[in-house]
Formats: sequence, C-alpha cells, structure tokens
Amino acid sequence: MADNLADVAPDVSGSQAGTPGVALSGGVKRLRGRYTLLTRRDKLTLGLMVGLPLLFDLALIWGPTIVSVVFSFTNWNGIGGITDKNFIGLKNYESLFTAYPFFWPALQHNILWLAFLMFVATPIGIFFAVLLDRELRASRIYQTVFYLPVVLSLAVIGIIWTLQYAPEQGFINNALGRTANNNLIDWYGNPSLNLWAALVATSWRHVGYIMVIYLAGLKSVDPALREAAKVDGATERQIFFRVVFPVMAPINIVIVVVTVIEALRAFDIVYIINRGKNGLELLSTLITNNGISESNRVGFASAIAVVLLLISLVPIVLFLSRTMREERR
Amino acid sequence: MTAVSQAGRTTIASVNHRPIRPRRIALYAFLTFMAVTWLFPLLWAIYTALRPYADTLARGYISVAGTITLDNFVNAFNQGGFPRAYANSLVIAVPAVIVTLFVASMVAFAVTRFSWRFNLVALMIFTAGNLLPPQVIIVPLFRLYTLIPWPPADNGKLLYDQYLGVILINVVFQTGFCVFVLSNYMKTLSRELTEAALADGASVWRIYWNVILPLCRPALAALATLEFTFIYNDFFWALLLMSKGDKRPITSALNNLQGAFFTNTNLLAAGALLAAIPTILVYVFLQKHFISGLTLGSSKG
Repeated sequence: MADNLADVAPDVSGSQAGTPGVALSGGVKRLRGRYTLLTRRDKLTLGLMVGLPLLFDLALIWGPTIVSVVFSFTNWNGIGGITDKNFIGLKNYESLFTAYPFFWPALQHNILWLAFLMFVATPIGIFFAVLLDRELRASRIYQTVFYLPVVLSLAVIGIIWTLQYAPEQGFINNALGRTANNNLIDWYGNPSLNLWAALVATSWRHVGYIMVIYLAGLKSVDPALREAAKVDGATERQIFFRVVFPVMAPINIVIVVVTVIEALRAFDIVYIINRGKNGLELLSTLITNNGISESNRVGFASAIAVVLLLISLVPIVLFLSRTMREERR
Repeated sequence: MTAVSQAGRTTIASVNHRPIRPRRIALYAFLTFMAVTWLFPLLWAIYTALRPYADTLARGYISVAGTITLDNFVNAFNQGGFPRAYANSLVIAVPAVIVTLFVASMVAFAVTRFSWRFNLVALMIFTAGNLLPPQVIIVPLFRLYTLIPWPPADNGKLLYDQYLGVILINVVFQTGFCVFVLSNYMKTLSRELTEAALADGASVWRIYWNVILPLCRPALAALATLEFTFIYNDFFWALLLMSKGDKRPITSALNNLQGAFFTNTNLLAAGALLAAIPTILVYVFLQKHFISGLTLGSSKG
C-alpha cells in the first residue's frame, strides 16, 4: 500500500492537467481519487500559503528589479512624475561607460574582490576544512576559532580591523614603528592600499564561512572511497584531488556561488571604512551614492544597478539550473 | 601534571595507532599558529577596549596595560545611544525571524507536499530573489518606501523610516533562503505522512500545523538561530530605509559610532564589542544550531 502510493506520487514535472493558477494539478487524472480528498477550503489554504508570500516577493524584490531596468533609461531625478520626456534611451549607459570616472575602477575593484575571495580566501577555507577533517585531537577547538568571525557583522569586522589599521592608534603601524608623520602607513586612507586592507578584513570572515560549509560536505563523503584509494597506495594529496574533490562537486558549486554572490554584494565593510570612496568604490556603493545619498541621480544609479544585475545573473542562473536538474532527477 | 597525562595518552595512542610523525607535529604547529592569528584581531579589540585612552596614550599602544577597566564600555553604552539601539534591534529582529520562519515553512510545505503546476517556478522565484544583491533593488525600493503612507490613517508618515518597512524587507529577502532550506528538509520527510492524514480527513492546515511543522523542529531551530544573526547583523536595509533617526538598529547605528568615536579607538573598540555581544552569545550557546543552519542550506541544496 505504502509502496504503491510512493510509486504513483506525482513528481514535480508531472503536471499534465492544466488547471490554471495555484490549483492542484500534478497528475489529477491519474490520481483523481486522492485529490478529491482536498476540499475547496484546502485548495484555498494552499493557494494563500504560497500566493501571499509570492505576492510580497514579487512586489518588493522582482518588481523593483524590473523598475530598476526601466529607470535606467530615464533621467528622472526623483522629483515629480516620470513622463515621456524623461526617457533618454541609452544615454545613462553611454555616460557610465565613457564619462563617469568611477565606473571602471569600481568594476575593477569588484573583479579584484571576487578574484581575491575566489583564489585566496575560499581556498584557505577549503584547506582548513581538509586539515580539520582528519582525526585531530583538538579539531573542534580549531573549528570554533576559525568560524568565530562568521557570527560577526561586517560592520563590526570593519571596526575591529580599524584597530589594526589605524594610522597612529592601530596595532600594525605601532608594531612596525611607522606611526611618525613622515613614515606613517595609512591602510584605510591610501587608495592603493585600502582595497587590500578591506579584502583581508573581509576574508577573515569568508574563510570561516567556507570552512564550515566545506567541512560539512567532507563529513558526508563515503569513508570507503578514501579507504579504497589508500589501499591502492594514493597519497593524501592524490586522495583529495582525485577522489574527494570530484565527489564534492555539488558543494563546490555552492561554494563558488556563495563566493561570487558575496563579492558582488560587498558593501557594509567599505561603507563603514569610508562610504566606498577614494579607492574603495564598488558597484554597490556607486548605486547608493548616486541614487540615494548625495544626488538623486535615480536613472544613472539604476543603470549601474542593471550592470550589477546582469553580472549577478550568471551565478544565480548557474545555481538555479543545477538545482533544477537535481529536482528533475 | 597535565604534561604527564598528555604524554601518557600519547604513548598509548602511538602504540595503538601510528607513531607521532613529524608531519603531524607540523600540522598542529601550523593550525595553532593560524588559530592564534585568527583570534588576534578580536583579542586585540577586547584588550584595547579594556584600557583607558589615557593609559594607552601614556604607555604606547603596544604595551602592558597599567589599568584595566570597564569604563570604555560604560561610556560607549551611554554616549552611543546603546539602550535605544539594542531595543530597535530587538523590535526588528524578533518579529522578522518569527514571520520569516512562519511564511517560509508554509511555502515550503505547499511546494513540497503537494504537486502543483508552478511548484518549481515558485521555488526558483524565492531562491533567486534571495541571491540578488540588495543594491540592485535599493533605488526603486527606496522610492517605493517614500511613496507609501504608513500607517494609512496617519498622513505625512511613510513606510520609509519605520520599523515595519525594515522588518518587511528583511522578511521578504530572508524568506527565499528559508524556503530553500526548509523545502530541502521537508523533502526528506515521508510522503505517506501527508497521504495518510489526508485520507483521515485532516485539513491541509492541520497537516501543516500538527504533522509537518513539529517534524521540522530541528531545521526551524537552526534557521531561527541563523536568521536572528543575519537580521541582527543587517547593516544595509536599515541604513538606507531609515533616516538618521533614532529607529536604527545597532548594526546600522555603528556607522554613526565610527564617526563619533574615531579619535578614541579604545571607545570605538568597546562600542563595536557591545554591538557584537548578542551574536557572540549566539556563538557561545547556539553554535550547533548556527552551524547546522549554515550547512543545511548547502549540503542538500
């Protein structure tokens, strides 16, 4: 009986009966008997359970996303309504790419941010996870230390690192003896240094985050695989790269997505340092600085938002298509 | 004493397993070095916060403290408007977490226990919404918030600069993540639960509330811990959807603190640590839930 039900249970793609809206449809024909168990009220309940949250999600996230795209073709400054006259075609993009001095640096900073997280912080996190996955006596203590920064907000992290970086009162300069006026290192102030300073601070958190996720993944790898490889005489390095890493493919994708998204979202830490200026421009801070804080260049800020959106769609689509494939299976 | 017992254990271990190899020692040395490095910025912040400004000034920043006192914490607490900011954080984070979990569990229940036409699409819309950088939507959202009067009867007041507005966007944004995690969790529950309850004539609501939700308790506990930390740590929404007013939660209020205390890093350190205390408590007492919340989202996803 139970087996029967499980066998005929409709899967997600089995929605051949085309009842519109939120009505239940999956295999209605096949399973008429079962679905008549759902009363009108039940169907209404289910409709509201998904419908209302969906409405809010569309109104506050996807609606504004589309509006961003529309705004990007206007020169609207936020005052009065938008009329035909406000639509200026691609002019915002044109001035963004050719005239605005901060766009290319910001994009470059975002790319650098991504590269640093992807090729420095994330590998360190994976490395820690691999080391701590062995039978170590104090593994838990080390884990606890490395993931501590993960619970802190990036705003707090920005301040904690201020205490390291501050020119006269910070630890680093005092340790190096570089606090005099003529040899001072201005870690957060110098535009060719501050991005690196911010990246180190942000990695402090990112490494722990990746370590936690990866460690959980490693624990779920079948130990028999490793044993088999060991019996065959593989070294630890070989076991990781040839056996464990490929088996971890799903987690690897999660980690890539998490890293890319974190890099595109970066905002808090540079904002707390200097509001994202003077070497710390990122696409995210350009959006808020143009669209909200100082000027009301709504249209122009939206064009930057669209650029950020298009870049973000890459990891989002990658993640969703993978989830979809798994779902179908 | 400890050394003796340590040594004793090591010998036994090496008899049972393999001898302590130099590589193992190198591993421990490396990990210990990294752990100390990792802890250092936080320990330094604590140390700085415990010293009076005058003491560091007199003895230098890297020096043995002459006085250890909680004065900086007291002063930061009083001058930084902390009581108010803590209250704001609670007023925002607690309802936001509860509503997020409630809403997300309903969505996850409906899309995983019943098969309907737009199942996968709905799941995608929620998940993708959570992955979007918040800055993509902030400009139109800011405009929207300054257009909607709230409360409706009270003219002049807007959704902008209100607790409700910040709670709402936190809920909507975090619901995506929680739907994703909870639906993965619910998929592991046997389908027969729903079938049997339906056959017994239970309503959909009863199945959700009395059958499925209680089974999700571990996932809900993990997500509650994680979401509390996420929303408490939110800097962005409250910064941009509230004016400089006194409604900002503590994480966003740090922005003003940085400006006000920048000449006195000892006070600044104390302020930042005060803001971090609730999340450090989570770290100490709810570590397990926090970690399983983080990993639930990735391991099965």
